[in-house]
Amino acid sequence: MKDTDIKRLLYTHLLCICSIILSIFIPSFFLENFSILETHLTWLCICSVSVTAVNLVLYLVVKPNASSKRSSLSFKVTRFVKCCVYFLMSCFTFHVIFVLYGAPLIELVLETFLFAVTLSTFTTVPCLCLLGPNIKAWLRVFSRNGVTSVWENSLQITTISSFVGAWLGAFPIPLDWERPWQKKVSVGRGGHILLNITWLMRGGLTIQTRAPGHDSPRCWRL
Amino acid sequence: MRLGSGTFAACCVVVEVLGVVLFLRGFFPAPVRSSSSSKHQAEPPAPEPSAGASSNWTKLPPPLFSKVVIVLIDALRDDFVFGSKGVKFMPYTTYLVEKGASHSFVAEAKPPTVTMPRIKALMTGSVPGFIDVVMNLNSPALLEDNVITQAKAAGKRIISYGDETWVKLFPKHFVEYDGTTSFFVSDYTEVDENVTRHLDKVLKRGDWDVLILHYLGLDHIGHVSGPSSPLIGRKLSEMDGVLMKIHTALLSEERETLLPSLLVLCGDHGMSETGGHGASSTEEVSTPLLLVSSAFERKPGDIRYPKHVQQTDLAATLAIGLGLPIPKNSVGHLLFPAIEGKPMREQLRFLHLNTVQLTKLLQENVPSFEKEPGFEQFKISERLHGNWIRLYLEENNSEVLFNLGTKVRRQYLDALKTLSLSLSRQVAQYDVYSMVVGTVVVLEVLTLLLLSIPQALSSKAELEVPLLSPVFSLLFYLTFLVLSAVHVIVCTSTESSCYLCSLSWLTAGGVMVLVSALLCAVVSALTKVLVRGKLLSKNAAHSNSRWSELDLLILLGTLGHVLSLGASSFIEEEHQTWYFLVSTLCLALCHDIYRNYLPGDDCEPQRCLHVEGGFDGATPALQDKNTSSAVLELNRGCKSPSSLGTLRGYEKWMVLASPWVILTCCRLLRSLNQTGVQWAHRPDLGHWLTSSDHKAALSVLAALSLAVIFALIQRRCSPASKVAMALGLLGVYCYRAAIGNVLFPWQQDNKDISKGILEARFVYVFVLGILFTGTKDLLKSQVVAAGFTVKTVGLWELYSGFVLLAALLLRPHNLPVLVLSLLIQTLMAKFVWKPLRHDVAEVTVMHYWFGQAFFYFQGNSNNIATVDISAGFVGLDTYVEIPAIFLTAFATYTGPVLWASHLVSFLSSEASSSSALSHAGFCYALIGSFPVSAYIILVTSLRYHLFIWSVFSPKLLYEGMHLLITAAVCVFFTAMDQTNTKS
Repeated sequence: MKDTDIKRLLYTHLLCICSIILSIFIPSFFLENFSILETHLTWLCICSVSVTAVNLVLYLVVKPNASSKRSSLSFKVTRFVKCCVYFLMSCFTFHVIFVLYGAPLIELVLETFLFAVTLSTFTTVPCLCLLGPNIKAWLRVFSRNGVTSVWENSLQITTISSFVGAWLGAFPIPLDWERPWQKKVSVGRGGHILLNITWLMRGGLTIQTRAPGHDSPRCWRL
Repeated sequence: MRLGSGTFAACCVVVEVLGVVLFLRGFFPAPVRSSSSSKHQAEPPAPEPSAGASSNWTKLPPPLFSKVVIVLIDALRDDFVFGSKGVKFMPYTTYLVEKGASHSFVAEAKPPTVTMPRIKALMTGSVPGFIDVVMNLNSPALLEDNVITQAKAAGKRIISYGDETWVKLFPKHFVEYDGTTSFFVSDYTEVDENVTRHLDKVLKRGDWDVLILHYLGLDHIGHVSGPSSPLIGRKLSEMDGVLMKIHTALLSEERETLLPSLLVLCGDHGMSETGGHGASSTEEVSTPLLLVSSAFERKPGDIRYPKHVQQTDLAATLAIGLGLPIPKNSVGHLLFPAIEGKPMREQLRFLHLNTVQLTKLLQENVPSFEKEPGFEQFKISERLHGNWIRLYLEENNSEVLFNLGTKVRRQYLDALKTLSLSLSRQVAQYDVYSMVVGTVVVLEVLTLLLLSIPQALSSKAELEVPLLSPVFSLLFYLTFLVLSAVHVIVCTSTESSCYLCSLSWLTAGGVMVLVSALLCAVVSALTKVLVRGKLLSKNAAHSNSRWSELDLLILLGTLGHVLSLGASSFIEEEHQTWYFLVSTLCLALCHDIYRNYLPGDDCEPQRCLHVEGGFDGATPALQDKNTSSAVLELNRGCKSPSSLGTLRGYEKWMVLASPWVILTCCRLLRSLNQTGVQWAHRPDLGHWLTSSDHKAALSVLAALSLAVIFALIQRRCSPASKVAMALGLLGVYCYRAAIGNVLFPWQQDNKDISKGILEARFVYVFVLGILFTGTKDLLKSQVVAAGFTVKTVGLWELYSGFVLLAALLLRPHNLPVLVLSLLIQTLMAKFVWKPLRHDVAEVTVMHYWFGQAFFYFQGNSNNIATVDISAGFVGLDTYVEIPAIFLTAFATYTGPVLWASHLVSFLSSEASSSSALSHAGFCYALIGSFPVSAYIILVTSLRYHLFIWSVFSPKLLYEGMHLLITAAVCVFFTAMDQTNTKS
């Protein structure tokens, strides 16, 4: 059971990373003047959309927690609506946090909000997929010893890595190298997406390399 | 000997301050000096080189100008004269620059761009050391060789009007003077009228040779409302009028004399985009330099663009112009255009004199001067010059003579440039020996502090300081002997000056004893730790102390901050680091709170169990060497499984909301003052409030802030001090109204602006009264053992006294900073630290972080220009050194000081264990001395960095000052701790 889970986990992470990489290269075939630095807003949109899509598809295919007993249509619909509401709420919360961290209130609103959306897709969407709109379960997963399965463990690691990546992403801001990417990247003042992705990758890879051979989920901490 | 950990920490920090002072003394280089600088007897001028033929010209050349008027306009930036502003507001000057008989230059001022070092640079031609900034406030007389002293010795009559600094720098040099003081920054009309009112009389009289006018108004306008203020234009027009008046008077007088006269317009430093100065941005270092004289007549169509020169070049030019010897320490070179109209022989003579002076300076300061390219060039040009003189005396063909002369001249100019450059570079010579000794002291203290963490933070808060055994150990004597030997060798071998060597033998020996004693203490502490570590490793099962996320954040944040000090941009934007850390701290607290207070957290009992386990094993676990982990589990005890139940509904909501409130407060404060460098020009609330259009808004805000301060502070004061506080805050408002910052509702016209001395002194009385009552309570609690409450009230009163003083001293728009600081302290104390039971170390570090963040929220930065020196003159008639320094330091470090004093009063009122205060003192000392020590090493390794003078050195001064404040705070902690243990 565990081995199959770990294999699946590996594939899902690989898929996620692929989708991010593809979101860098694919749009350049369809869109003119597309590059990460120049049209970073479009890229952010595409990236978050693709990651969300991959997550949703994976959720539908893999179904890590097949525990929902009631499967009436209305229940599914309310669940979906709830998920959407949670996602929006998380976007707005992130936006508020970025502003509190010092992002400008009025100018660059779009950039800040898009950054919030991206961060939400990296953190909230997997949570919603895996745990559903259930705050208690979330709290359990993110408290110290609350992880029960491999999936939750991976979720915990990737989410926390995303936050840390976003946090560390703020560091180049005061540097005055006057590079163009700096300006684009320092949009959200909260951080930047590149580190975010590397951390996501690291999260995935860590599990992948360490998982075989260890039984206890506690060994997989970063 | 057993010492409390607080006392130990205080001693350590005091010793560290000594080390830092020694380091600073070595780091800030002594300026390039001629060895015979103290005596002013006239050396015979260098004779003309003459290659065999005998030249008859050995005297100094006669003066070029009969009268010199120097108009120095403080903070005159180059674009105020040469830019669009100049065209618009200074038509006469623009005419002179573009068509008149003048030469214009852009003179580059060397940082620090502060008035006194700049005046010194203009008059001596040397580059004053950075340390002169510290002396800027009370300028002692200038003893170096300079133009003014030379002129006086030559019997010239000098008159000075304007900034008092001149009178202080050159006492008894002026036949007539009227000094205006530069410290009532809000006054920008009267300071200049006081200068201009003498002008008519003096110009008519004409019984003088040098007239110096120093106008301060422009600088004051810049400080108050920045370079884009409409007042600037008006001031420039006024200055233009002054210039025209002087120039016409000089022209009309010239007809009677043979020699022309010279009018010099210059600025001492520029003005940054925010209106301040002190650093090295282009706006701050570029000043205009305009030489106007009928000797500089030009043909029509002769367009002269402003050339870039050094500010130090003026001294040599003035000396030549007045027929004086060039100041010995001048590193500048003659502004050649000024002598261009003279015959070739005179030109070469002047250039020769200048080159000889520079070469002499080079010989005295560089041991291997013969290898310098400038020296070789000098030798070549001197030989050529001799040949030329021989030809000249033989009266050769004039064309050959002219061609050869041009060649010699070019050679001289190149030599001058090279010499000047290599001399300017000499300024950055470090006294490495003193620096090393200072660093060693600081590092030894830091190691001692780090090694004693486990002992100092144990529940007893006491530690064994091995004081006697090292003094009698062999190691001590050996080190002492070795160090003394090294000292003797270093002092006898080096040629460059060295501070430690210039000390008396006794003092130097004392330093050596200190170093070796510290070394022995470190060694003995290290062996102790190693022995214990061996013991510990045998029963390693106990070391199961776990770090919470908060501790991890604190540790990482501290390390990250220290590492960030290695990059100049991170130093310039250090406020960003602190804001970022504080915001993250709030989010981490938020996380902590939500985990503890939201329902459905079923792992609490398990956690509690674990913590208890940690508590049992606390004492061995304390051997852990890391910064903040040691006490983590100490005072925490067991959290009640459902702390939620103990709180009422309202309080629960407040607990849940407080991190967000604090975050919002921090965000608001952030937009109040933009500091740093990159984003400093962004509009902020502070500028909006201080602009004269929004006086009403500022008044309302100030009144509101004072009311809220009273509401927040009065709840724990005794009745008497409540009344005093209320009256004091009223007095603060009256003071602000008197100096014209705010309005009374009934007083619509801002008629008379006074200095508000009476009102300020009224407030001082209450400040002293409150502080006195507080101290009295503390003493009472110590003597009579009156109990816990008396002491708490006493500490709170001390704290409120500081708040009142801060309310008086801060800039008017910074009152909200004070309010929000009080608000955050109240919220944190009531709803975060108390319910979550953070331990002493965490609370201390949080106080420290917030203190740092508030230092920047006030609008400070790592730049000398942001220090608000006007705070040192609140309630004082004239400049009195000690109170002024104290008040300025307090106003600058309000944030850290207030948070530290809040820490004392919070811990003594809340903490359960009696050792809380000494733990806090130890943690504060540790976290305060860690960045300084790291920074000293960083600066030493970066001492040839491009930005060493503009970015790293000011930060070093700030760090030194901060360490001094930390030492004061630690001593305060210890004193409080003593009263604690005795009662």
